[in-house]
Amino acid sequence: MLKRRLLPVLFLKNGLIVRSEGFSYHQNLGNPLSEVARYSEWDVDELIYIDISTEKFYDLRRDDLKVTGKSNLLDIIRDVSKVCFMPLTFGGGVRTLDDIRNRLLMGADKITINTIAIEEPDFITKSSKIFGSQCIVVSVDYKRVDGSPKVFKGGREPTNLDVVEWAKIAEDKGAGEIFLNSIDNDGAAEGYDIETIRKVNESLGIPVIACGGAGTFSDFVECAQKTNVSAIAAGNIFHFTELAYPKAKEALLKQGINIRKPN
Amino acid sequence: MIGVIEYGMGNIQSVVNALEFLSVKCTVIHEASEIEKAEKIILPGVGAFGEGIEKLRQKSYVEALQKAVIEKKKPFLGICLGMQLICKESFEFGHFLGLNWIDACVKRLQVPKHYRIPHVGWNNVRIKKKNRLLAQENNTGDSDVYFVHSYYVDALDADFTIATCEYGCEFPAAIEQDNIFAVQFHPEKSQRAGLAILSNFARV
Repeated sequence: MLKRRLLPVLFLKNGLIVRSEGFSYHQNLGNPLSEVARYSEWDVDELIYIDISTEKFYDLRRDDLKVTGKSNLLDIIRDVSKVCFMPLTFGGGVRTLDDIRNRLLMGADKITINTIAIEEPDFITKSSKIFGSQCIVVSVDYKRVDGSPKVFKGGREPTNLDVVEWAKIAEDKGAGEIFLNSIDNDGAAEGYDIETIRKVNESLGIPVIACGGAGTFSDFVECAQKTNVSAIAAGNIFHFTELAYPKAKEALLKQGINIRKPN
Repeated sequence: MIGVIEYGMGNIQSVVNALEFLSVKCTVIHEASEIEKAEKIILPGVGAFGEGIEKLRQKSYVEALQKAVIEKKKPFLGICLGMQLICKESFEFGHFLGLNWIDACVKRLQVPKHYRIPHVGWNNVRIKKKNRLLAQENNTGDSDVYFVHSYYVDALDADFTIATCEYGCEFPAAIEQDNIFAVQFHPEKSQRAGLAILSNFARV
């Protein structure tokens, strides 16, 4: 039986892992490679990396180097995939088919696209025809505007797109999964936006990954029980709580949620 | 030495990483002429069938693979798209002919309405018969492996189907036919359970 997934999301900014809140406040949390060793040990179901850098400069802040090291995202993907034998999804800054190809070559399994998908919906079709739809995850960031959830391009720019309508378009165009992020709930630690998650999930035939708002393990349980999403994702909670991932899985298993047992 | 075929279709590096982690000697093959030097061959691949077979043809891999796997009987492991490409034909985004090493065609998963496509995530496989690829000790029907696909090899009752998986319908998860092995899931992405499979292939 297919298990539901619990996914840590790591936000990369200029080569460092950061904490995110409302998509704008970012606090440095450290080196992506030392973080990944922990996730590998926790035997997580899958890892999602989202690069939110605004400049094309990466500083891994390696303590063992006296000189300032510059490395790019592709190097980070390569190094992460050397120690991680789990699915890796990378997003952020993808504008061309070559961007996708290069990330896959370095060890990424799936790619999330956001801005380019909104600007050029046919890019979803083009890329899924070449790389397979299972590889193309359309990331949908949304925020409530006058009570109704509207899509924000790249998490920043408002659009008039309704979140359910846009998710359906993305599916029709060939997306393999939808990575649904609530900007309002991001970093608030007050639970998931159950209503929107359910609406989007029920209107689609592709898997949905719900993200944004987990503050306690019971938020995972609530999202798993009240919606049928294929995967639940979170960022901050996994950084700040001791053994957060295995404990979260324990909490889900205890409630009878069908997930993969930790090793 | 295991040769991992690079043909512009997806995540080659993670297969190499997994083999290196297991201390198995491997090399990435970029040209058809390099296939000869490999003792075993892995054909990974993420993506669409049509694009995949086209890339194999463009780079003249088809003949070289045929020679190595069919004539010289070198052990071969197809992963995901690599499993599908060795079939007769596929119906993904059209109709395409494959390498035709196993008698099966590739079809879109036929699942009840509430099942989502692609089939993404961790699912357990059921071992159907004694084989050299999957762990035998405890007949690990319970170990989860990572799948991500929308199409499957339609050969449930074939002799070469050694393990199956269930997602709305039952489909072959692994096959073995003489020196030809293939898995629909991603052993290189399946943590410990997957590494064990790659290690078994290295020892064939």
